[in-house]
Amino acid sequence: MELTGAEIFVRCLQDEGVDLLFGYPGGAVLHIYDALYQQDKVRHILVRHEQAATHAADGYARATGRPGCVLVTSGPGATNAVTGIATAYMDSIPMVVFTGQVPTNLIGNDAFQEVDNIGITRPCVKHNFLVKDVRDLAVTIKKAFYVATTGRPGPVVVDIPKDVSAARCEYSYPKKVRMRSYNPTVKGHAGQIKRAVDLMMQARRPMLYTGGGVILDNASQQLTELARQLNFPITNTLMGLGAYPATDRQFVGMLGMHGTYEANMAMHNCDVLIAIGARFDDRVTGNIEKFCPTAKIIHIDVDPASISKNVKVDVPIVGSVGNVLEQLSKQIGAVKTRPDPEALAAWWEQIEEWRGLDCLKYDRDSELVKPQYVLETLYKVTNGDAFVTSDVGQHQMWAAQFYKFDQPRRWINSGGLGTMGFGFPAAMGVQLAYPDETVCCITGEGSIQMCIQELSTCLQYGLPIKIINLNNRYLGMVRQWQEFFYQKRYAMSYMESLPNFVKLAESYGHVGMQIDKPQDVEGALKEAMQLKDRLVFLDFITDQNENVYPMIPAGAGQNEMILI
Amino acid sequence: MRHIISILMENEAGALSRVAGLFSARAYNIESLTVAATEDPSLSRMTIVTSGTDEIIEQIIKQLNKLVDVVRLMDMTDGPHIEREMMMVKVRAEAGQREEFKRLADIFRGRIIDVTESTYVIELTGDSAKLDAFLQAVDTGKIIEVVRSGVSGIARGEKALTI
Repeated sequence: MELTGAEIFVRCLQDEGVDLLFGYPGGAVLHIYDALYQQDKVRHILVRHEQAATHAADGYARATGRPGCVLVTSGPGATNAVTGIATAYMDSIPMVVFTGQVPTNLIGNDAFQEVDNIGITRPCVKHNFLVKDVRDLAVTIKKAFYVATTGRPGPVVVDIPKDVSAARCEYSYPKKVRMRSYNPTVKGHAGQIKRAVDLMMQARRPMLYTGGGVILDNASQQLTELARQLNFPITNTLMGLGAYPATDRQFVGMLGMHGTYEANMAMHNCDVLIAIGARFDDRVTGNIEKFCPTAKIIHIDVDPASISKNVKVDVPIVGSVGNVLEQLSKQIGAVKTRPDPEALAAWWEQIEEWRGLDCLKYDRDSELVKPQYVLETLYKVTNGDAFVTSDVGQHQMWAAQFYKFDQPRRWINSGGLGTMGFGFPAAMGVQLAYPDETVCCITGEGSIQMCIQELSTCLQYGLPIKIINLNNRYLGMVRQWQEFFYQKRYAMSYMESLPNFVKLAESYGHVGMQIDKPQDVEGALKEAMQLKDRLVFLDFITDQNENVYPMIPAGAGQNEMILI
Repeated sequence: MRHIISILMENEAGALSRVAGLFSARAYNIESLTVAATEDPSLSRMTIVTSGTDEIIEQIIKQLNKLVDVVRLMDMTDGPHIEREMMMVKVRAEAGQREEFKRLADIFRGRIIDVTESTYVIELTGDSAKLDAFLQAVDTGKIIEVVRSGVSGIARGEKALTI
């Protein structure tokens, strides 16, 4: 039987096992929405802005490991989605975004709600497709999911003109798809594995530096086993938190601009650096000229283009992180040599000395609500077991420093693009994926207002997200840089005319609380967590002048941190 | 250093813009770029002339390989290869200069392919350096128009860029 393109679209999603589709209707996707209306396998979540649809799908993907799916209309629907697509692209998140397009005979005519969506999204997608013939629709959708989820994952856009969703053809969904031009390397080269292990066994001051790639490849267990087997110190990037249990002794905290002193000093002084699924981002390396001056570097990544891009490495290994870690483990079992135990003990002694500095200390006796205290208390109240999404700025760094993630896929933030407005819609995606889990969104009064309209979506679908708003009446990270580097000229970093967040939450049918005393923090958080079926907006009036420490200033090396 | 990179890619709408976009987004040099379908109409062959340090060339090759539409790639500069570019030059050729241009074209193994009372069009094929040399040999004031095809390259011997 022949189906319409719209019906084929829906059948493809069903056959692909898609349970949630985040979207917003419009002219070019009306056929598709009509087909969605007549089935109940794929659940559509109506957001209030297309940016939120992409962030929600992204949050869903980060929490579950399954690709997030989005449907938006042509023109402004598609351009609104771009920020979310770019966010997912920078963090390698598997996502398939379907955009409506004007009918094929109008493409290029400046038709109503037409943009060159393939052109606009090209630099921020892993790949994109324009479907010009309904007979190509099913195979293109299959390819989109295949490309999005394999190799180094990423967002894929499929642009569907309106006449294609109306045209008819026979439906069959391919079980497998082969693309001669796309064939990611997943297994590490045996010779390189051997060389890497030889180098690791000669290390006197080894260091494991691991990133989001470990989480994307679900390789936390392999990583944890390897690290424990070797007793090497380990640091995680912002994207990699939770890949190794943060409460474990071998974990020295996050590294980078606002990482711990011990992590950055260990990086700077190590003699063998094992980088796993991390990409030597500038927020990690600091001044590249001063980066790891004494280290031989092993780099494991599924994307060859990530290797030797920023930092020249000695032993590159292209392959999926999980596979390569297993290969390394096997090779370690096969060799007799082990790192010099005395050297390793001395190295640990040195690291403990750095750790003893307690670089994350803050004033615990303050009369004001300290943001760090809110996060420490949140960690305690949620038993360290919540899904935590975050926006971008100071609150993001404090969350990364003070919430100790023992499991992967619990910490969800925009690391690469640094998208304010990400945290709240991402929390919706997580909560929809795990309706019974605690989902907290750490945000600030700046970030939350970038997607605040989603309070409405949360009411519609009953999403009991806990919004932790660290309200310092400043764009805090901007203010911090202005204080340090612009002689305290606080240009446009002050947020005037803030809404009453409590009333705002209430007007959307949610619960609002304002907390301005340290002694009320724990009680408010406990109360909020007990309201299991309600969204609670906790507006913490925090110390306006608090800064994120420690910090590697721009141009400095990892050993040149500003401590409090 | 100058490199000639040849690419086989899916002959699909937008394939060229993916490559061109990559070079501009990552601020890589591009000296010339040529593209045409191959004997297999599903494949296009593109030749890019670029330059950069070894590290940059390594990144260019990796980033090109990462494009989902790229099927195969070869850096011609890695081995013996033949490089050719075609050029047509329209010159002011009036009485007194016509013989001189004819001789110059012969020296460079070029051909005069269009003649009017006052102009010649000279066709030349060779590597880019040879074409540059020809242009230097001609009095600049006599050149009306120059059109160059950009470089194509092919490996010598058994080595070939095919799927």
